[in-house]
Amino acid sequence: MIEPFLIRAIIAGIGVAIIAGAVGCFVVWRKMAYFGDSLAHSALLGVALGLVMGISTNIGTIIICSTFAIILIWLQQKKFLATDTLLGILAHSALSVGMVVLSLLERSIDLHSYLFGDILAVNLLEIYFIIFGGSFVLLFLYFNWASFVLMTIDEKLARAEGINVFVNQLLIMLIMTVVVAVSFKIVGLLLITSLLIIPAASARQLASSPELMAIISSGLAVLAVIIGIFSSLHLDTPSGPSIVVASALIFVTISLFSFILRKNN
Amino acid sequence: MSFLIQAKNLSVSRQNKSILENVSLSIKKKDFITIIGPNGAGKSVLLDCLMGSFIPDRGEIIKENNLCIGYIPQNFVPENSMPICVERFLTLKKKCTTLELNKISKETNITGILKKNLSNLSGGELQKVLLTRSLLNEPELLILDEPAQNLDIKNQLNFYNLLNRIYENRKLSILMVSHDLHMVMSSTKQVVCLYHHVCCSGEPQTVAKDPEFISLFGNDMAEMMSVYQHTHNHSHQEIIND
Repeated sequence: MIEPFLIRAIIAGIGVAIIAGAVGCFVVWRKMAYFGDSLAHSALLGVALGLVMGISTNIGTIIICSTFAIILIWLQQKKFLATDTLLGILAHSALSVGMVVLSLLERSIDLHSYLFGDILAVNLLEIYFIIFGGSFVLLFLYFNWASFVLMTIDEKLARAEGINVFVNQLLIMLIMTVVVAVSFKIVGLLLITSLLIIPAASARQLASSPELMAIISSGLAVLAVIIGIFSSLHLDTPSGPSIVVASALIFVTISLFSFILRKNN
Repeated sequence: MSFLIQAKNLSVSRQNKSILENVSLSIKKKDFITIIGPNGAGKSVLLDCLMGSFIPDRGEIIKENNLCIGYIPQNFVPENSMPICVERFLTLKKKCTTLELNKISKETNITGILKKNLSNLSGGELQKVLLTRSLLNEPELLILDEPAQNLDIKNQLNFYNLLNRIYENRKLSILMVSHDLHMVMSSTKQVVCLYHHVCCSGEPQTVAKDPEFISLFGNDMAEMMSVYQHTHNHSHQEIIND
């Protein structure tokens, strides 16, 4: 007999894995890993906002992360500091402000579960968020796929062929915002980036086309989430880190195999 | 008047620095125009204006209706983390039949590498792939931004020969930015020398004698250009006799 909380955890985990796997490919291709990490750090401020205003923490996260992305784009255009410097300033300021606000709330908050995730405590509302947010992300990816890929290969070429690069960049950032907002409960704010990039990096070694890479990446992320949930349950380890460990092991295994295969050829 | 595209008095300035000043340029059918000029002269901005991806502060662009432009960007470096084969790259966001793809691939001699991964191509192969992509959908105008910049001499020569062959076999005009003056002189019919404004334009020979060109590129370069022009005319005897 499977417990209801386990079923919820598996559904939520698979949902998040599918979207994070696919979106993760763009994070790898466009070298946005640090951006994703910063976005996730700022999500803690979103959690605080959600609690202060009495709205869902997911919505608070979406509001704060989108604001973060817009401020970043605006500062980037000013070109007075390098992007990674800007990200460092914004991300850690947002994380710290979030921590300060949370500590001022005088409410008992399980900070650990926000930072490292607690998939076994996922409730029904959060599953709806994942399904709704996930469908939104997948639909956007599906309909803009060719534009996104072409723009990732070469921005000037894409612009010359009539693609609005600025709008599409904003869309990709918005998509990442949604991914962060729906998945921080699963692996935690500090580990979201790993769920985005490790499956994609593993899939890179197996795939022969961008589409295939996204599909394999999603599949590997699902595998990692399922292994992670069950090992967390049996070994009584924290769920977020368990998922990331599973993902890392998959990456190492695939890397070894493809290394041996290449050597033999 | 059969202009394919015409730029009228374009002016662009950024942060109080003038990039283009009253630049006018018109491209007719079967033109082969090369824009030369020092770095930062506004060449790429001019191309962006012509393609409509940059709106000039002043001036206008007049295009023939439904003008189809093929474009080769500067500094194209494929991302190694994305697995994509040449064939998929060529058809990405393009409506073209397999028949058309095969025909043009034969013309540019890339049929052997269609299944190869984009990031495994050599510089010469990559430029041919980009040329192929720009030729899909029957363009009337090709715009090339320093297409042979990263190639060695042998590959440069191959690329310009291929470009010349395509220019001769097809009904198209070419607008190119290039620093490879020796190649430019032997193939181009018209040179536009740009340094924020159009310094001089005309046949390579005329441009090489223009005082503004000489002040921009120096006397040595001007002489070199004249020599190349001579070689093109197959009047080697003349040079020796000079």
